[in-house]
Amino acid sequence: MDKMPAWADATLVPLISLFLAAVLSAFVIMAIGENPIEALMLMVDGTLMRSSGWGYMLYYATNFMFTGLAVAVAFHARLFNIGGEGQALIGGLGVALVCLYIPWPHWSLAIIGASVGAALFGAAWAYIPAVLQAKRGSHIVITTIMFNFIAAAVLNYVLVNVLRPKGAQEPATGFFPDATALPSFFDMFATEGSRLFRNSPANITFFLALAACVAVWVLIWHTRLGYQIRAFGERESAAKYAGINPVRITVIAMLISGGLAGMMAINTTMGEAERLILNATEGAGFIGIAVALMGRSHPFGILLAALLFGFLYQGGAELALWTNIPRELIVVIQALVILFTGALDNMVRMPLERIFLVMRRTN
Amino acid sequence: MDLVQLIQVADSTLRLSTPLLLACLAGLFSERAGIFDIGLEGKMLAAAFFSAGIAALTGSVWIGLLAGIGASLVMSAIHGLASITFRGNQLISGVAINFLASGITVLVAQAWFRQGGRTPSLEGPERFGSINLPFAEALSGVPLIGPIYSEILSGHTLLVYVALLLVPASWWVLYRTRFGLRLRAVGEAPEAVDTAGVSVIGLRFAAVAICGVLCGLAGAYLATGQQAGFVKEMTAGRGFIALAALIFAKWRPWYALGACLLFGLLQAVAIQFQNIDIGGFIIPVQFMDALPYILTVVILAGFVGKAIPPRAGGEPYVKER
Repeated sequence: MDKMPAWADATLVPLISLFLAAVLSAFVIMAIGENPIEALMLMVDGTLMRSSGWGYMLYYATNFMFTGLAVAVAFHARLFNIGGEGQALIGGLGVALVCLYIPWPHWSLAIIGASVGAALFGAAWAYIPAVLQAKRGSHIVITTIMFNFIAAAVLNYVLVNVLRPKGAQEPATGFFPDATALPSFFDMFATEGSRLFRNSPANITFFLALAACVAVWVLIWHTRLGYQIRAFGERESAAKYAGINPVRITVIAMLISGGLAGMMAINTTMGEAERLILNATEGAGFIGIAVALMGRSHPFGILLAALLFGFLYQGGAELALWTNIPRELIVVIQALVILFTGALDNMVRMPLERIFLVMRRTN
Repeated sequence: MDLVQLIQVADSTLRLSTPLLLACLAGLFSERAGIFDIGLEGKMLAAAFFSAGIAALTGSVWIGLLAGIGASLVMSAIHGLASITFRGNQLISGVAINFLASGITVLVAQAWFRQGGRTPSLEGPERFGSINLPFAEALSGVPLIGPIYSEILSGHTLLVYVALLLVPASWWVLYRTRFGLRLRAVGEAPEAVDTAGVSVIGLRFAAVAICGVLCGLAGAYLATGQQAGFVKEMTAGRGFIALAALIFAKWRPWYALGACLLFGLLQAVAIQFQNIDIGGFIIPVQFMDALPYILTVVILAGFVGKAIPPRAGGEPYVKER
């Protein structure tokens, strides 16, 4: 018998963790001599009270949904993919090659091509760590960390020596052709009177991310492969006994994970910058870890957690603009969320379980 | 490459290897006791900032060093609490510590100094000065041995020599003391240590604390020895290179020295020469940057001698009832 009902595990534990992270963050803000209430008001004001604030929040959330889903799929197979950052970097390379070298007639075709490119490149970057884990037993956490650094070096080399237009100083590709420009929320939702989402980067990739959430939900809970992934993650020996090939599941789960991480690059590279720059990911690959942990590896939870982190990111930019609190506050909050929802999970869970046991006994 | 360049490269190899070596030995103690630590980077970063920051405020590098070690120990305590006391995932805890350090250092730096996340430049007694080894002047004229002794080995800061001495010291502690035997045992078979009546939790916390002190030295060296002050993200992946070196060294102290010198050499060569031209074939600087990571993946894959981690590494210990 479970010590705690499923709803409590899915909602109470993450909420309490989030509350603890928020309280500690408030202390941090006070310790550097600022007012946490005012800071929160400023974040809300700059994010939720303006349509361009929403535009930025949803843009960031799009990135975090992809990377969060990537980490979650690997989590279901009990694999910890820290390599989302590198996979997204290489995914960006895929997007850039597809956009630069294929003459697309229309963006609707280009986004399909770019999705394939991004997913293939991201998956390819996850493939080697996956095979090394499955066949040679090298720890996937270490290899994916190493592959993050190797990806940064590869991208640096390609941008400086291969894809940089002649005469350009900056290590970046040339701008993509106009036909590949994705419609932004401003193009889609603004009217003459409303000017909704003006000057904000949110674009149609957001809906692609929502579709990815649905696809992952179907995959994990409504397909044979998803069942095998979960069974493998739950108990490897039992899965083996049931005829599930561990090498195959490890590799497939990591390919899906890498592909999802790579697809994040559609949003940053094709949707916003419209060219490939160095460090296009800006750490979004790592935020995926926090998002997946908070969202309990469930696509709906990931959607909510991605929106929360989108809010924090846009709000953090506002704080950096108007107060003496640097953007790095968000990194601290992110660290606290990872700490409480991931590593210190038992600290929150154990007292809760005790409370539920006592309640059950008294009933 | 002429002799002057060779000496320069050797000199900066030693300089660049030092933080790697200190962090690598830190990871060695922790992982030998069964606690995986991918938070070396964060501990170094926290120590780098607090050593430089406190040194700037108090004017003493020694108080700075203590503050750096203290900051690193706080991070270690969090890691210990999460992974030993609450039996959480050690890898996730390490990731959290890296982000925590990366955010807190800039936040506090901005609040204290208002210079965009850096400390003021350290001068005079606020940093570690270079030490000339005895007879360095007198021996400099002797061919071969002279330049090696006076130009390469002499003239570094105190922490460089501390790091080098810590290699035999670590070996002695791990392989010649009762504490070292127990520490290694707790990373291989904690249940056996527990049966013998020795506290698994106590040993693991001790190992994590040693790791904190050594990471503190590594960070303090970066900010107050190698460079004059803290800048944002100044560890720049060194904690992960140290982790790579640890695997490369197969969790052994003397091998760790070799691995760290090798990775330090790679960095020194990359800084000195940028793109290297070998008979018309150009090795790009990015390849040199990535080489430590590539080598580690090759070693991990077991193609060149298999690296086997401590058996109980990463597993929280649950006492049987």
